[in-house]
Amino acid sequence: MLAYIIRRVAQSLLVLLVTGFVAFSMFSFVGDPIDNMLGQERTQADIDRLRGQLGLDQPFVVQYYRFLEQAVQGNFGLSYRQGRPVSDILMERLPATLELAFVSGFLALAGGIGLGIFTAIRKRGVSANAIMTVSLIGVSLPTFLIGIVLIYVFSVEMGLLPSFGRGEVVRIGGWTTGFLTESGLKALILPAITLGLYQMTLIMRLVRTEMLEVLRMDYIRFARARGIRERSVNFRHALKNTLVPVITITGLQLGSIIAFAIITETVFQWPGVGLLFINAIQFVDIPVMAAYLMMISVMFVGINLIVDLLYFAIDPRLRVDRTAAGGH
Amino acid sequence: MSTPVLSLRDLVVEIPTRTGVLRPVNGVSFDIAAGEILGVVGESGAGKSMTGNAVIGLLDRPARIVSGEVRLLDQPIQSLRGEALRRLRGKRMGMIFQDPLTSLNPLLTIGDQLTETIREHLDVGQSEARERAIAALDEVGIPAARQRIGSYPHEFSGGMRQRVVIALALCAEPELVIADEPTTALDVSVQAQIIALLKRLCRDRGVAVMLVTHDMGVIAEAADRIAVMYAGGVVELGPVREVITRPFHPYTGGLMASTPGASKGMRRLRQIPGSMPRLDALPDGCPFHPRCERAEAACRENPGPSLAACDGRAACWFPLTEPKEAVS
Repeated sequence: MLAYIIRRVAQSLLVLLVTGFVAFSMFSFVGDPIDNMLGQERTQADIDRLRGQLGLDQPFVVQYYRFLEQAVQGNFGLSYRQGRPVSDILMERLPATLELAFVSGFLALAGGIGLGIFTAIRKRGVSANAIMTVSLIGVSLPTFLIGIVLIYVFSVEMGLLPSFGRGEVVRIGGWTTGFLTESGLKALILPAITLGLYQMTLIMRLVRTEMLEVLRMDYIRFARARGIRERSVNFRHALKNTLVPVITITGLQLGSIIAFAIITETVFQWPGVGLLFINAIQFVDIPVMAAYLMMISVMFVGINLIVDLLYFAIDPRLRVDRTAAGGH
Repeated sequence: MSTPVLSLRDLVVEIPTRTGVLRPVNGVSFDIAAGEILGVVGESGAGKSMTGNAVIGLLDRPARIVSGEVRLLDQPIQSLRGEALRRLRGKRMGMIFQDPLTSLNPLLTIGDQLTETIREHLDVGQSEARERAIAALDEVGIPAARQRIGSYPHEFSGGMRQRVVIALALCAEPELVIADEPTTALDVSVQAQIIALLKRLCRDRGVAVMLVTHDMGVIAEAADRIAVMYAGGVVELGPVREVITRPFHPYTGGLMASTPGASKGMRRLRQIPGSMPRLDALPDGCPFHPRCERAEAACRENPGPSLAACDGRAACWFPLTEPKEAVS
């Protein structure tokens, strides 16, 4: 198992190196940063001096190495637009995105697993079929449309919930939270639903399919034949066996919740990193874009790693030493 | 004779389909006394397993019992549903399935599965249940039961897993055990051990065993009495020695002649011509007549006689051996 973990960590690092390379390449391909930094009245001497200061006269490999060295320390340089360290800007924006992602991820997971089990157990029931039909909407409607519809219904027509922003936030250390104020919580509802609905329906359909599969297994029949009560058969014997594929998908979905919060954040003008990224693109603020790219890839790789390790926690069959089992 | 543990009277199971109603079990009657093993044999689709499932109430919808009686000691149980039925399962009747590889939940330790079953039916605490679980494993011949109780199913061999399955079926001390092809998926060398174990448990505990199998060797080895099923009905019923040495029903005779080692001497095995009719295309008259060498007009025109009409032994108009009473 240790060998497996080491191998997976090594693979993760390789992936990060590659995305780092892509992020770094943006600096060279999207124009010369010197042009942006010096005004109209630059001289060749100014350019050369700044180029030397920034280390841009060094060979490509050396520059890439420096970039990585700085990136590992969380330093992505100054934002072209705001003139402040990119890492500071990201850290200010990150709590908003993480809180949104956390709430919608929780909604998606709890709702998805709950409804998935329900529709699997009552597979012939009227309500289960109704849920399955409605879930098609969740799968097929694009996120921005759901957001706009929700805003129209709950903000414009009914006036119940705010249509944009994060409400009042409370600052705790370096973290700003919207969980502690009423307006903060209210502001969270619509974006969280918008962001989580697709994931929820996806998880629900997956759990349902897996659960129906598992409920046909011999060990479920045997558990019934031993007089184990239905609740225990469903939740203890069956649910656990559906979790491995569910965790795989859910892990990937959590990553994409953070990554694709961009659309939801734009629709709701939610002050998170996604909105920051969209604005950065408009202003060709490359350090911000590069830092965002790196941050998202670190999250994806990290989540994947955790998911792989979770398999071991759930399925005892994997805990056997793989090399001893013949190395396959 | 004391009250039999299990008593079936004219049990009929039907499956409604689009093209008509099928009767996989059609008027089955037999008794099993305490400490007795009744072997139920027949080809695939003869209704053996369906009868077992009907007794324990695990018929898959839309199959259902439409008439007849299932008595467990003095209690009719054929119309029990839901919670009342669940309380009987495991507690008063256990079931052993064919494939030990798939009938244990791979994600729960065998100790978990045992204590769960014990605590479901007996009013004992966790530590008492654990002691009982160890004792149950000990009884079925798992070496070092105390150390192995925390093991997962995949850590056991096939034969050992079937022992665990038997321990699970018997841990709440049921009066009746339905063993559905308990040795079919095992190596021949292990089969004999499992049969010996079943016989010992049956004798020591006075459990009534319904042993469903298509293996005449297993029946000859284990059973006290034998019920031969064909196309949903019992065609011959009697003490195992008598039925094997002097079969009455031509089908039983054919079965014996086609089983290696069941009769003395080296000779070519005989086959029963044709195959069992499909349930939706049962012939008129005795269902066996199209394959029967002895069939006459009466067999085509009249359904097979009831067992009772033929000395309680075989349902045939022209048995291979005349019943004693019929001769006089």
